[in-house]
Amino acid sequence: MNILYTMIPMALAYATPLIIAALGGLFSERAGIVNIALEGIMMIGGFTAAAVTVVLEPLTPMAGYYGLLAGVAAGTVYSLLHAFASVNLKADQVISGTAVNILAGGLTIYLAQIIFHQQRTRSFQTGLGKFSFPVLGDIPVIGPLLFKDVYPTFWIAIILIALTWFVIFKTPFGLRLRACGEHPQAAASMGISVMAYRYYGVMISGAFAGLAGGALVLTQDIQYSAASIHGAGFIALACLIFGKWNPFGVMGAGIFFGFSQALSLYAKDIPFLANIPLEFFYLLPYALTVIALIVFSGKAVGPRAAGEIYDAGKR
Amino acid sequence: MKSKILLLLLIPVILLASCAKKAEPKAMAKAFTVGLVTDVGGIDDKSFNQGTWEGVKAFADEMKLSVDKDVKYLQSTAEADYLPNLSAFADQKMDLIVAPGFLFNNAMLEAATKYPNQKFLIIDSVVADKDGKNIANVANAVFAANEGSFLAGAAAGLKAKADGKKVVGYVGGMEFPLIQSFQAGFEQGVAAVFPECKILVDYVGNFTDAGKGQALAAKQFGAGAYVIFQVAGGAGNGVIKEAKERQAKADVRWAIGVDKDQYNDGVFADGKSAVLTSMMKRVDNAAKDVATLAMNGKFPGGTVTVYSLANNGVGLPATNPNLSDDIVKQVQGYADQIKAGTLKVAEMPTKK
Repeated sequence: MNILYTMIPMALAYATPLIIAALGGLFSERAGIVNIALEGIMMIGGFTAAAVTVVLEPLTPMAGYYGLLAGVAAGTVYSLLHAFASVNLKADQVISGTAVNILAGGLTIYLAQIIFHQQRTRSFQTGLGKFSFPVLGDIPVIGPLLFKDVYPTFWIAIILIALTWFVIFKTPFGLRLRACGEHPQAAASMGISVMAYRYYGVMISGAFAGLAGGALVLTQDIQYSAASIHGAGFIALACLIFGKWNPFGVMGAGIFFGFSQALSLYAKDIPFLANIPLEFFYLLPYALTVIALIVFSGKAVGPRAAGEIYDAGKR
Repeated sequence: MKSKILLLLLIPVILLASCAKKAEPKAMAKAFTVGLVTDVGGIDDKSFNQGTWEGVKAFADEMKLSVDKDVKYLQSTAEADYLPNLSAFADQKMDLIVAPGFLFNNAMLEAATKYPNQKFLIIDSVVADKDGKNIANVANAVFAANEGSFLAGAAAGLKAKADGKKVVGYVGGMEFPLIQSFQAGFEQGVAAVFPECKILVDYVGNFTDAGKGQALAAKQFGAGAYVIFQVAGGAGNGVIKEAKERQAKADVRWAIGVDKDQYNDGVFADGKSAVLTSMMKRVDNAAKDVATLAMNGKFPGGTVTVYSLANNGVGLPATNPNLSDDIVKQVQGYADQIKAGTLKVAEMPTKK
């Protein structure tokens, strides 16, 4: 039982960036643009967040939050590349996303070299610290799990889940966005600018992925380096598919993957798992990703026009 | 479609290949020349590459050689660069070619075979051919990490005892003999000063994932660990981060650094540091020592030189602001016993 008290907060901390990035992917794919660029945008967001935090840290205790905001801004701007290539230039979205990913890896290290004269940012002192809710933290059982010593990003993620659900399913904006992802020609016939909505979708995904990158670097690392994001963007994509393009599904999938990562750390201490070689648990999160995708992919149906190049003349 | 993706993937490879630094061959007059090839960690890794380079620079200072002209380095951006970079220096006929870390084993074996007249130095590893024989033109500098780790263990044990705590921890990078020797020394050191103390042991599985390092530290601290000795490179930075975060919230926990004096990495507020002490491998001393030997015509090729406590190859930093004078004195006592050979430190942890 004691193990659970430290394991659950850890699983949630791991899940946070995955959930935020996957929600970003949800906006983009619901608008009809496949966004495998999440990984690259997370790198840009993570780098910007880390750089801004390092610079502001001596000046203000809020540096980590400014860092997050800067990450959001940088992610939004950077995602325009993907939007421009796949909406205006009608490039294949997978190729455009791949290019954006590759560029991000090089660009961040290049900028780090210019700004900090090394291949990573300087390390920040605290990044985003954990905090406790005053009264809620004292509730038995749930208190220590959810409200005590948690990263603020976890609660940002929870708010974003509710917000995403509301925007996508309860507002005219969400309806139009989904229409552009299901049947863009029909949406256009009703006077909706498919291009504009696809831009919105990609830019929101850029903002979310930038935030996710910042959250990942500021809570789980000490600086931004080439290895900081290590595939989280792709796991977020898997969360999106596993969660069936639904905000609550995404949350469940994110927590599932977070748990599998935490489990790999604790396996050694759980009696009946202790005899299995450690290496097996290192690969566990990735193996579970593959297995979950295989099991659920048959029933997973995404937005119908996602990945398709918009052709206004097609009937 | 598929070929397009392939092409796209090829572009960066071609770009990288064409940008890879090729040092221009230049005929040197008489000055002794040293070339350092870094691994992918880069020259500023606060660890092996940087430490070795500092040693090479110290050597240059002492011998009045010019940095960048007589002694220089090449950075590797990928493992595939190791051999080309070593070869580039060999083509320039550098007098000594240095590379830090076991990642260079294969590349150095190949380079040393291809350039039998060049002298190579590998730091913290041993290059051997298929039959396990050392190579005549490669000097191997290794460190008695277990001895230094014993001192770190003694310091951790004494600190825990002094503050009434009963658990300490060890977080390693990957579980292979070199890293296990740290664990062995640490465990023996703790046991020597505080036999009842419990020692938690975890391995990250790599040397890069700081997030996982931090998670393991959180787990060990959660289980009551008071001091954690990290031997996990970049992943170990996560251990230091967790100690810092806890100290900033007045939950006093300590981390012990590795390879270099990591005191400054642990600074969290008011100049206080969560790094108790560090188990230093003096890669700088080793690089400088071998370079000096090579310059004087005594290049230790084909042999393995152990840098231990006795020849200042390992040890704790000269100043330890977080350790009381009493602890420092007791640790020094153990250091003297090890130097004198009256205390033997195991190289492998005892299996439980």
